[in-house]
Amino acid sequence: MDQNLKIELGKQGVLVTTIEELYNWGRRSSVWPMQFGLACCAIEMIATTMARYDLARFGAEVFRPSPRQADLMIVSGTVTKKMAPQVVRLYNQMAEPRYVIAMGACAISGGPFKQGYNVLKGIDRYIPVDVHIPGCPPRPEALLQAFITLQKKIDGQHLTGPDRPRYLDASAQGEFPVPEQGAHDLEPASNAGVWPVPITIR
Amino acid sequence: MEEIKAAIEAAVPGAGVEFVPNPGSAAEHSLRLVPASAIAVATFLRDDADLALDFLSNVSGVDWPDKEIAEKVKVTRTVTKTVDGIEQQVEETVDETRKRVEPGCLEAVYHLYSVAKKHGPLVIRMRTGNRSDRVDLPSLTPVWRAAEFQEREVFDLYGIIFTGHPDLRRLLMWEGFKDHPMRKDYVEPDDYEYEPTPHDQVLARALEHKSRD
Repeated sequence: MDQNLKIELGKQGVLVTTIEELYNWGRRSSVWPMQFGLACCAIEMIATTMARYDLARFGAEVFRPSPRQADLMIVSGTVTKKMAPQVVRLYNQMAEPRYVIAMGACAISGGPFKQGYNVLKGIDRYIPVDVHIPGCPPRPEALLQAFITLQKKIDGQHLTGPDRPRYLDASAQGEFPVPEQGAHDLEPASNAGVWPVPITIR
Repeated sequence: MEEIKAAIEAAVPGAGVEFVPNPGSAAEHSLRLVPASAIAVATFLRDDADLALDFLSNVSGVDWPDKEIAEKVKVTRTVTKTVDGIEQQVEETVDETRKRVEPGCLEAVYHLYSVAKKHGPLVIRMRTGNRSDRVDLPSLTPVWRAAEFQEREVFDLYGIIFTGHPDLRRLLMWEGFKDHPMRKDYVEPDDYEYEPTPHDQVLARALEHKSRD
């Protein structure tokens, strides 16, 4: 719909919207994160929800203790290889539409523990991540920024068409394989459908 | 330290305690126990009225890999040489490099304090027979309960099997994990990822990874 016409109608007291806008507005204004924290980033996440930073302003005050009731997974902290299968399993248990914020250096790449033997080098190896936040740990403002970025992303999603989100695409993958804890490493080491192994360019 | 050693030897006959000096500035000397008598010595250290080492602060593991030592030896041997056109036997001293392998071991280090007497730390160590099949040491968990989780961690990361431990399972890695990651010869899985500024060991790994694909 023409934006100017919409504004004109708004001046006359007529609100015009589309189902898509209304739907996206509803979703982005009630993104409920899952209540779990993995490491020190979780402390910043808790700070973000408290009165000073007040994540509730964005409609995300309700941290749900069950993955069935949550829309957003904030991977806040180091994902060890021992914990990774559980994180992927929790993500699988969340109902669509679901989003992931990878919070902090560890969650996006392994961070300072990247060369270690027991830390996953980024949760995006197994599940699709919508927003990455660098920082060690990121300040609450950074988490708010990530949250606003996620809301903008939700706003831009179309209900139909080729760029519709995954949960509206019947043929898209909804269940993500949970890695097995093998004799030497997680098996497989990454989910190729989510994270293509980087190609070395020489 | 020498007094403690003498006290141990007086209390536990045949304890076989060895004094390990630390030449560094910390000068934190230690006592090496023989695994066979370790429990008796540890119980003495805890229960003795003067020592009263009632607090186990820390248990660490150390991996001593097999060490190849190259040393130069002067060897005298008889060589047949042609001197002034005549073949004769000449004695000659030659520098020869000999290599010998010093077998490695695994070591557990315990730091003890006394809360009652306000002294410490006393460092005691134990060594295993080798790094492959004789890797068991007596657990000191029956003496100091604080050792339980730390011995589990040492078992997990170094592979020392503590006999007499009430619940010896892996602590940090998962059940079914085969390696011991803190050993010097541990090979990490090749899940290498692009690193913008690789250096040192990371550079070596990056080059190895590149040559593979």
